[in-house]
Amino acid sequence: MLMAYAERVLDYYNNPRNAGTLDKSSPQVGTGLIHVPEYVEVVRIQIEVSPKRHVIMDARFKTFGCGAAIAATSITTEWLKGKTIEEAARLDHMDIVEALSLPPAKIHTTILIEDAVKAAINDYRFKNGLEPISEEVPEEGYELEEEHN
Amino acid sequence: MLKLPVYLDYNATTPCDPRVVEAMLPYFSETFGNASSRNHSFGWAAEAAVDLAREQVAALIGADPKEIIFTSGATEADNLAMKGVFEMYADKGNHIITTEIEHKAVLDTCKHLEKLGAEITYLKVNSEGFPDLKELEAAITPKTILVSIMYANNEIGVINPIKEISAIAKRHGVLMMSDISQAAGKVPVDVNRDGIDLAAFSAHKLYGTKGAGALYVRRKSPRVKVTAQMDGGGHERGMRSGTLNVPGIVAFGKACELCQQEMEAEGQRLAALRDKLENALLQLEETVVNGSKANRLPHATNISFRYVEGEALMMGFNKNLALSSGSACTSASPEPSYVLKGLGLSDDMAHSSIRFALGRFTTEEEIDYAIQTVTDTVNKLREISPLWEMFKEGADMSSIEWSRL
Repeated sequence: MLMAYAERVLDYYNNPRNAGTLDKSSPQVGTGLIHVPEYVEVVRIQIEVSPKRHVIMDARFKTFGCGAAIAATSITTEWLKGKTIEEAARLDHMDIVEALSLPPAKIHTTILIEDAVKAAINDYRFKNGLEPISEEVPEEGYELEEEHN
Repeated sequence: MLKLPVYLDYNATTPCDPRVVEAMLPYFSETFGNASSRNHSFGWAAEAAVDLAREQVAALIGADPKEIIFTSGATEADNLAMKGVFEMYADKGNHIITTEIEHKAVLDTCKHLEKLGAEITYLKVNSEGFPDLKELEAAITPKTILVSIMYANNEIGVINPIKEISAIAKRHGVLMMSDISQAAGKVPVDVNRDGIDLAAFSAHKLYGTKGAGALYVRRKSPRVKVTAQMDGGGHERGMRSGTLNVPGIVAFGKACELCQQEMEAEGQRLAALRDKLENALLQLEETVVNGSKANRLPHATNISFRYVEGEALMMGFNKNLALSSGSACTSASPEPSYVLKGLGLSDDMAHSSIRFALGRFTTEEEIDYAIQTVTDTVNKLREISPLWEMFKEGADMSSIEWSRL
């Protein structure tokens, strides 16, 4: 089964971009920490947001899970950089699935990542006195491949 | 000179020993006869080869050659033993006792028999991997016809106290069956000393070929019978019809002979290498051996690397190092190994496990390579594991603030 993974997954697994930690006590940093039952997968996404236009300046992750989960979280943090928090909130997990050509068995992981991104945004919004983002599914997702820096 | 990839998954299968290949080769094209052809020299030659192999296979487990029924492998032998006993002893009862951590060939056969009216008791095991013998004895009823408990577990390598288990079965007049696939040829198995009435094993686990195996069926005290599960020419004393796989059986015989000759020295060599590997990996923090360390196969160990997921770990080196993980992240809800769960491991610890199984062609250089590679990958993945970071900060898992959506 591991053989079936796209080269891209292996690339992000072998050289994870944006692994690391931001200061979670900073008002500019939003943290999303999500796990599945029994803690067999845990995803943490952190964003550092510029207070003026609410643009994500930096994004970091740490993931406990299979190789695809690590690669998927890493590529998501690349996509997050440079987005406004409104844009970032429109992330659709299927975009991550497509960006890495993940098999159906891995879709649950991307849902976890989407949840972690939204939790990070809400953490930032809460710290800065903003309303939480709504739960509505966005009409259009963003292409992960086009916009990372 | 180290040759990559390194294979440390000998509990899954073993390569055919070159001496075994040499022994079997003439039986493909030269001595190709059907062992059941009684009327010409082609058949006689094939039969003679099978007879020799039967002696070699029997000798490995202290059996009489007449007690060996050749099959396609251990799975078929497990099926034949359990379904065959269930049918043959239907008048006596319908109750079978096994454990929760048996191989699927036994567990799924039990599930099948349940549909046919069997009652199955699945004994729990303790954290070491052993069933409670008092529970075993208490589970026996007048309807019990079979106790089926593996000799050594395929995932954790723990060796069951088969002699004690069979003594309990015998005391109550119940047949004792054991899947000896992982133990045969690796540690001394003796069906008489161990009190085994039926034993299933496979050639490819002991340097023979895939597609050959055997069921040992006791002939004396008690004389055991199983109902055939395949109809046909009545081969193998009527218990297993089908033309014999002569090259595979010849290979199986030769493989058993070599195992018997080399078992003691090989066991010591592999135990030393296994201990070296295990001790080096236990230098990593938060790393534990799963199952009993006191009573297990000399060539196997199962280790959990806490805060690192097993499948991710293997992705780090699976091009160069072949291992097996207790994590199967293939379905929508990832299910960790039922064996490790049976030992009482939490889901995350079961997911963090790796099985190492050494074998005849394992070298010290390969073990050094495995130590280095696994250590590096564990460290690398812990660097990007949120759980590891929390652990290092001294966070108690129960007090972590998880995000709410």
